[in-house]
Amino acid sequence: MLAYLLRRVIYAVPIMIGVALVCFLLVHIAPGDPLVSILPPDASADLQAQLRELYGFNRSLPEQFAMWVWRALHGDLGVSIASNRAVAGEVFTAVGNTLRLAVVATFIGFVLGCLFGFVAGYFRGSWVDRLASMFSVLGVSVPHYWLGMVMVIVFSSQLMWLPATGAGPSGSDDWAWDWAHLQFLLLPALTMSVIPMGIIARTVRALVAEILEQEFIVGLRAKGLTHFGVFRHMVKNAAPTALAVMGLQLGYLLGGSILIETVFSWPGTGFLLNSAIFQRDLPLLQGTILVLALFFVVLNLLVDVLQTLLDPRIARA
Amino acid sequence: MKRAAPALSLKPLAACAALATLVFAAPAALAQDKTLRIAMTAADIPRTLGQPDQGFEGNRFTGIPIYDSLTQWDLSKADAPSVLIPGLAASWAVDAKDKTKWVFKLRPGVKFHDGSAFNADAVVWNVQKVLDKDAPQFDPSQVGVTASRMPTLRTARKIDDLTVELTTSEPDAFLPINLTNLFMASPAQWQKKFDAAAGATPADKAKAAWTAFAADPAGTGPFKVTRFVARERLELAANKTYWDARRTPKIDKVVMLPMPEANARTAALLGGQVDWIEAPAPDAMAQITQRGFKIYSNAQPHVWPWQLSFAEGSPWLDKRVRQAANLCIDRGGMKQLLGGMMAEPKGTVPPGHPWFGKPGFDIKYDVKAAQALMTQAGYSAAKPIKVKVQISASGSGQMQPLPMNEFAQQSLKQCFFDVQFDVIEWNTLFTNWRKGAKDPSANGASAVNISFAAMDPFFAMVRFVSTKAFPPVSNNWGYYGNAEVDKLVADARTSFDDKARDAALAKLHTHIVDDAPFVWIAHDVGPRAMSAKVKNVVQPKSWFIDIATMTMD
Repeated sequence: MLAYLLRRVIYAVPIMIGVALVCFLLVHIAPGDPLVSILPPDASADLQAQLRELYGFNRSLPEQFAMWVWRALHGDLGVSIASNRAVAGEVFTAVGNTLRLAVVATFIGFVLGCLFGFVAGYFRGSWVDRLASMFSVLGVSVPHYWLGMVMVIVFSSQLMWLPATGAGPSGSDDWAWDWAHLQFLLLPALTMSVIPMGIIARTVRALVAEILEQEFIVGLRAKGLTHFGVFRHMVKNAAPTALAVMGLQLGYLLGGSILIETVFSWPGTGFLLNSAIFQRDLPLLQGTILVLALFFVVLNLLVDVLQTLLDPRIARA
Repeated sequence: MKRAAPALSLKPLAACAALATLVFAAPAALAQDKTLRIAMTAADIPRTLGQPDQGFEGNRFTGIPIYDSLTQWDLSKADAPSVLIPGLAASWAVDAKDKTKWVFKLRPGVKFHDGSAFNADAVVWNVQKVLDKDAPQFDPSQVGVTASRMPTLRTARKIDDLTVELTTSEPDAFLPINLTNLFMASPAQWQKKFDAAAGATPADKAKAAWTAFAADPAGTGPFKVTRFVARERLELAANKTYWDARRTPKIDKVVMLPMPEANARTAALLGGQVDWIEAPAPDAMAQITQRGFKIYSNAQPHVWPWQLSFAEGSPWLDKRVRQAANLCIDRGGMKQLLGGMMAEPKGTVPPGHPWFGKPGFDIKYDVKAAQALMTQAGYSAAKPIKVKVQISASGSGQMQPLPMNEFAQQSLKQCFFDVQFDVIEWNTLFTNWRKGAKDPSANGASAVNISFAAMDPFFAMVRFVSTKAFPPVSNNWGYYGNAEVDKLVADARTSFDDKARDAALAKLHTHIVDDAPFVWIAHDVGPRAMSAKVKNVVQPKSWFIDIATMTMD
């Protein structure tokens, strides 16, 4: 078990180095001037050269990369060109906001997905199966930013039940888990949950259908177990895969959704990325992508570990 | 083995439905108070440290309300051009013997929000923050947005407590106009932040001090910052001791929220979450007015043109072709397409503006005249002229570039123009602007579509027509210019009396309109929607608007 964990951690190191290299190079390959947010196009050539030097963009790419990685290893992701604020502070604040949204959205998606999946799989062929399957297909098919806009039109603009944008009545920095704040979370979380809900429902339905065909279920029934008893065994067998899918979905959601967070002005990583892209704020873009990518790597590692704990056969394989 | 479906109970489903109904039916207590809440188009709060970013939206929301400049724009009239008026400087004059020296007399008794006095030292300090690399308060991040807007300013010197001398690199009558972009931050407040800042070097400490100052700034403006949540909200309170009694705020509190998505802004307004949105979604205008909100708009000095190339081989070298294109755009139809949210241009500045002059060429929609000019130039339906325009699909201030350009393309077709587009990403287009029409980045384009602000003479005209502004120096992308234009520019730059300067600029504008180095397609009107409870709103012919004079029911 320990050897397996160690192996997985070692595998993660080259992935992290690759991630750092790719996210550094990608933003440099993109066209446009990195100083566009602070240097109007009418600035003189002298001024351009002066600022390029002050921000270190006159150095070669390998030199810039080495300096960036060195600083990142020391926890310094640089300073945002546009806002002059520390990138690490910006990213971790945004990650906190996205985490809040992602966890709630994943929870909604997982509960509804499992509910639809188990019900559809257990009652396979019935109208309930068709209804639950319809919801899950809708979940993965409907563009979620469109759904977000529809929800905003219905629940904010027309009914005026829920706020359309923002992360709290006075910003996200004084967040509390009360209704005054939760009402800001509800629409983006529901919108964000439809994709994990759809994916989890479809996965669980297929799993349940497969498990129900297995001989041990026949054996359990033959032993006279109740529906609930059989259901309990079925859930236990389906859980590792459902959890793995949930972990991956949480990883995706942690990356933030540029579209959903922009539609709802939710100050998470997606909103931050959107802002960094439009302002071509390279340090912010690189720092955000790096942190998100590393989150994803770590999350996959955790899911692997969790799966191994739930099903020791994986470690032996 | 096929098994029978177990018995199905609807109870859990009914419970879920009931719970969902309960959650949605609960009335959300959306706070309604007297605070003015504004949704900006910016994705982040424009910088609050004195020199805002995010273009003129930054000046509008975190410049003018929090800070003052030596000179400022008159924002009190909706039906007259917004002109330059005294700000923190009560008067100014150029030195009669040395036209590179200006003396500014400062307004007495002005205090910063932190209680320190505004004086000549503060002016010198604020000039140094962007121009003197050796000054402790020098901040590279403020240099770009400031120095480029006052390109000739070099130094500041204190004469006495209320008099300061500014020096330019060459005689420049535009300096007082340029100075609207230099906002006065409190040196004392910055020093407090500097003293408390951590950093290995003075430069590191200065950087940290500016970051701390941005979160707790002090200017002399009608509003002071009370709360700053990065990327989410900026809260301002009225400065009841503001030096200009006419502009002492009537609204106690203003909250600014960044909302880059037009539909989100519109929903926030309709849902009662904000009282004012910038640039509402065009297709929601009718709904907004039906729900009792007010739409404000006015002709802005915001020009949406095609800037033409005069490089060798360009199809625009013939003046008849340039004028024909200007006569062939159905601007009325385009205005309808935009729901009325544009003004039809007669040049870079509108008639009635002090710089408009008396152009002989009347920019209007006259297809027959345009076709006649094209026929004279040797073109016909069978032999159209090919032009390629570099455009973006979106971008700051670009209005709706795709439908507007496609509309222009259709219009021009009837006058024998075969228009092709090279659609590129906005930042790339912006960067290419400095490289010029002869650069490979132009990709064979003979025109470029980048909207621009026409607030001051340099940005409105000089940078596009002076031969000194050829790429890569400035934005004369198309290499337009000649000795006559350069002389008109020099005359304007050296006319130090306001009236004489305006007269010289009117001559320059007249020449530009007659020679048509642009196809003037639209002027933006800066639409914004507000709740009916916001009163005394004056939308001037400007990029800016004065919040200080507004009231709320």
